[in-house]
Amino acid sequence: MAGVRALGALSRITARRYVLSGKIVLNSFDLSFFLARTHVNYEVKEDVAVIRMNDPNSKVNTLSVRMQNEMIEVFDEVLANDAVQSAVLISSKPGCFIAGADINMIQACNTSEEVTKLSQEGQKMFERIEKSPKPIVAAINGSCLGGGLEFAIACQYRVATKSKKTVLGTPEVMLGLLPGAGGTQRLPKMVGIPGAFDMMLTGRNIKADKAKKMGLVHQLVDPLGPGLKSPEERTIEYLEEVAIQCARGIVHKKISLTKKKGMMQKVQDYVMGIAFVRQQIYKNVNGKVMKMSKGLYPAPLKIIESVKTGLEQGPDSGYLAEAQNFGKLAMTSESHALIGLYHGQVACKKNRFGVPERPVKNLAILGAGLMGAGIAQVTVDKGIHTVLKDTTVEGLSRGQQQVYKGLNDKIKKKAITSFERDSTLSSLTGQLDYSGFEKADMVIEAVFEDINIKHRVIKEVEAVIPPHCIFATNTSALPIKDIAAASMRPEKVIGMHYFSPVDKMQLLEIITTDKTSKDTTASAVAVGLKQGKVIIVVGDGPGFYTTRCLAPMLAEAVRVLQEGVNPKKLDALTTGFGFPVGAATLADEVGIDVAAHVAEDLGKAFGSRFGGGNVDVLKTMVERGFKGRKSGKGCYVYTPGLKSKDVNPDIDDLLEKFKLTPNPSVSSDSDVQYRLVSRFVNEAVMCLQEGILNGPVEGDIGAVFGLGFPPCLGGPFRFVDTFGADKLVEKMRRYEEVYGNHFTPCQLLLDHAKDSNKRFHK
Amino acid sequence: MRQSLWRGFCVTSRLFSNHRVYGCSLQPVGQNYWITALPTLLIWTTLFVLTDKMASMLMNSLRCCPPVNPAWAVQYATRSLSTSVQLHAQVQTKSKKTLAKPGVKNIVLVEGVRTPFLLSGTTGLLHKTSLPKDAVDYIIYGTVIQEVKTSNVAREASLGAGFSDKIPSHTVTMACISSNVAMTTGVGLITAGQCDTIVAGGVEFMSDVPIRHSRKMRKTMLALNRAKTLGQRLSLIGSIRMAHLTPELPAVAEFSTAETMGHSADRLAAAFGVTRLEQDEFALRSHTLAKQAQDAGLLSDVISFKVPGRDTVAKDNGIRPSSMEQLAKLKPAFIKPHGTVTAANSSFLTDGASAVLIMSEEKALAMGYKPKAYLRDFVFVSQDPKDQLLLGPAYGTPKVLARAGLTMDDIDVFEFHEAFAGQIMANLKALDSDWFAQTYMGRKAKVGAPAMEKFNLWGGSLSLGHPFGATGCRLVTTVAHRLLKEGGQYGLVAACAAGGQGHAMVIEAYPQ
Repeated sequence: MAGVRALGALSRITARRYVLSGKIVLNSFDLSFFLARTHVNYEVKEDVAVIRMNDPNSKVNTLSVRMQNEMIEVFDEVLANDAVQSAVLISSKPGCFIAGADINMIQACNTSEEVTKLSQEGQKMFERIEKSPKPIVAAINGSCLGGGLEFAIACQYRVATKSKKTVLGTPEVMLGLLPGAGGTQRLPKMVGIPGAFDMMLTGRNIKADKAKKMGLVHQLVDPLGPGLKSPEERTIEYLEEVAIQCARGIVHKKISLTKKKGMMQKVQDYVMGIAFVRQQIYKNVNGKVMKMSKGLYPAPLKIIESVKTGLEQGPDSGYLAEAQNFGKLAMTSESHALIGLYHGQVACKKNRFGVPERPVKNLAILGAGLMGAGIAQVTVDKGIHTVLKDTTVEGLSRGQQQVYKGLNDKIKKKAITSFERDSTLSSLTGQLDYSGFEKADMVIEAVFEDINIKHRVIKEVEAVIPPHCIFATNTSALPIKDIAAASMRPEKVIGMHYFSPVDKMQLLEIITTDKTSKDTTASAVAVGLKQGKVIIVVGDGPGFYTTRCLAPMLAEAVRVLQEGVNPKKLDALTTGFGFPVGAATLADEVGIDVAAHVAEDLGKAFGSRFGGGNVDVLKTMVERGFKGRKSGKGCYVYTPGLKSKDVNPDIDDLLEKFKLTPNPSVSSDSDVQYRLVSRFVNEAVMCLQEGILNGPVEGDIGAVFGLGFPPCLGGPFRFVDTFGADKLVEKMRRYEEVYGNHFTPCQLLLDHAKDSNKRFHK
Repeated sequence: MRQSLWRGFCVTSRLFSNHRVYGCSLQPVGQNYWITALPTLLIWTTLFVLTDKMASMLMNSLRCCPPVNPAWAVQYATRSLSTSVQLHAQVQTKSKKTLAKPGVKNIVLVEGVRTPFLLSGTTGLLHKTSLPKDAVDYIIYGTVIQEVKTSNVAREASLGAGFSDKIPSHTVTMACISSNVAMTTGVGLITAGQCDTIVAGGVEFMSDVPIRHSRKMRKTMLALNRAKTLGQRLSLIGSIRMAHLTPELPAVAEFSTAETMGHSADRLAAAFGVTRLEQDEFALRSHTLAKQAQDAGLLSDVISFKVPGRDTVAKDNGIRPSSMEQLAKLKPAFIKPHGTVTAANSSFLTDGASAVLIMSEEKALAMGYKPKAYLRDFVFVSQDPKDQLLLGPAYGTPKVLARAGLTMDDIDVFEFHEAFAGQIMANLKALDSDWFAQTYMGRKAKVGAPAMEKFNLWGGSLSLGHPFGATGCRLVTTVAHRLLKEGGQYGLVAACAAGGQGHAMVIEAYPQ
């Protein structure tokens, strides 16, 4: 990191030197002889300059300082060259135009003023592009995100390929930032105020044909198949040819840059011209953002503010507001947390165990329940032949129907065609016996969570599978080594803990035992990555990492309920802290029976430390049929077809029976929140201390992507860093006095509390 | 019935005169009863004429030729002796140079005919034949867009044509190479010793394609059939909404990719860097050559016909030699605005029928026919229907040459199906690229592109038109005629088809 920072500083120096000499064209021309350009180059094709971007050190292009400097240099030369009448801006990388600004560049700044300055430099550069007397056509193939999109929309014309890889978007909000190089000012003018808010506040990716409809790009180009060169290479060439035609067309006035407005557009413009309407939109959007984010995320609010300033007070104030807000946001803990998660996610999408000896081509899944079918669904469309085995015809057809429905929903979203669905389904085989298992490279079992059943299954399976086949078990709490005890080849046994619903939840927790071989792990990670998962690899133990962290928090939640806080209030407190799903709702989603099961198992394994609420509360609920969402009743009553849910009326008398008297000194709203969170965090830190976790990064990723730990806090470890270990320990000691060892901070946390220089994230 | 058919025909013939581009969506119009009738009629025509020609040929050979015996074949087979030393050696060693294989029957093309490939509206011929009704063992026809009422159109046509009802017939389909499949199926039947004499052909009736009711409407109508009481019926009828009435047009788009063929051709041309100019030049070449061939009377496979109430149609009416300037004016038809495939450099869809008579050599000679060519090795290939939809010839050509033990230079006559000028140019470039051969065909090197002075010299689908199912027989017949006219020995037919499939066949001249 220090290296990157140093590099950043270095290139900033060159930037200044350049800015000084930039005004003298001859000088900058000379410069190019001395400093060979590595990132940006151009070629003049008759009267069109083709500017090509290619970062030699990375798979993607980012708007790094180096890239920006060379770009300005090239731009000056293009402007000065009389033979050139127009320019085409294109990336030489297949699958990436510009993926965004260089995050390291922002992280290297220490004050918000520095970041504001970065933003203003970007704004200045794009303003020059926008006002360029020679039209510039952006030729987009692949990701065009963040700063890349801002660059593209500063150009006069945009051509994009219809490739699946071509996506446009402003994902800054997901990093706790805003589009800081003119995006908040240009987008509303280009796609309208509602469209711009939608893009900037959700950060979602927009595909090429949608972008064309929105008016974000002018023309689309089809990706090409094999010809005399590789498809990727030729597609870029073709895009360039079309873009050059467009550039000439603009110069020769064959292509008009002012689009004729349709009737709808005129009406919309008129309506948006009314100040009152705009005020209503700001208010409306603001309200929605507050409701969704609970005010925990500053970036969306600043985006609204910047857009508003630009529209109401003119561009000068708008650009200034954008740059200043950008600077402020970059210094917030939320932004640091989100950027940390981004880096973590990238890290967890890599296989640190190397390439497996043989790739998994045939995968068998045992159990066609919610989990099994879910795993099948995310596997079958990745070119892996999948066998789904169940014991009953009913169970199997339910599972197959689930996979079919999952794919069908994708058709409705136009992500795939019905033909693709059918051809995908052809690689799914449903069966009731073990035929064909001799060809399996990996078996994932998702049968009922009972050690005896798991043992029976592992023996049955090992009798039919080939020697190289991996046996993965999908369990949320049973220790893998206990399951592996029944295996003849424990080095091939591994845990793969998926989260429900499998097709929506990004996390996969892979559990290795002492005996699991490295190749087995590499293979499991490779399969998980193919399935599109973010993967953490953890050590074996009761509850592994995720379940183990969740258990004490749920125990505490039950105690809170017993103390007379009703489920709605409990949910409000947890979501108010930043959890996307409230604790009571979460219990219903997981299943009260599963929660009871896990609480009991882990209670036995970890002793009184895992106490809190009475396990009998959960057990009684299960007895009375309140198993959560799946049974229609849990903490809440679920009516099919109805989105709103009411608190289960029967739960009140049930809780009445187990009523505890709350201690007022630790029962304020804030205390309840910290009681829940501190137990979660303490257990996470303990997992690191005990070596279950490989590092704090995986701990944060697992908690956020698997359990919904507040993303704005960046995960339990980052939370300790920002909140302060000492302050957390102080709170825990206070709760410890009342509740005992449930709140005893672990050693590693105490170490961090003692020494404020100790941090999980550097 | 016959009368009403004619009347219907005359009406429809006035309605259809639009020039439709291959791959564009169809906009058919026409009366319902007519749908079933015309394809059958087209086949009758070719069948009648074919048998007619056979009869006259029989007469001729009886009149002019020495008594028919197998020695006749031997006598003529020595032709190569005098022409080439190399061939001589090959013949002596009984190697492939004559492409005859030991133990495999020689199969010959006796005759090929077709109706003029017309822009919809001036079709239909009717002749009577005097050929013995049991002269043919089997009839196979290829077609693409099927009418449900005549799903085995070959059988209906052969019955209607007055062939013996003892001759079985079936219909095959493989998109644009349907009639190629018909011929090769016939070859298979003869080789297997099942038959000796086969009529194979293709028919397409583009001016009227079946249009279905929407799925909703079909459902309602089926339910209506089952409804028992008036109340049920009324309530079903009452459930019909505007949405029910929207018809389902047959799609010209690929089923698997939902991409129209013209769109794919445009992308293919771009992938191989084929320019608009190259395409327009090729299209102009096709029209010019077709015109020359027509004027020189070379298109002798075309049979003329007097349309009742209209002029006699004796020739293809889509041949329109134009100028490069005019071609350059056209806007792209599929990929707008930067595409290169236009209406002028695409083949156009027509009605049309074609037929060939193929026989085992012994049988043909025994019956006193004078065969035109041997049908030799053939292959069918298939590849990615998305990006390589129209590359069939590029894949098929090297494969069939390898089977026959020939090189590109050995071939004297090339007839490739011209779906689009861009597609032809792309295939030629693919054949001439070592990189493509190595990367996509798993070959060590390219086979090379055909020499243009041997290539589609009498025009092609671009200028003559392309009735999906009937083009294959035209290609084979043209090769046979060109070999006769130009004096070459080997000809090669190659064609692409929807679904990413392709076909290639080697044809050897029959010693004259």
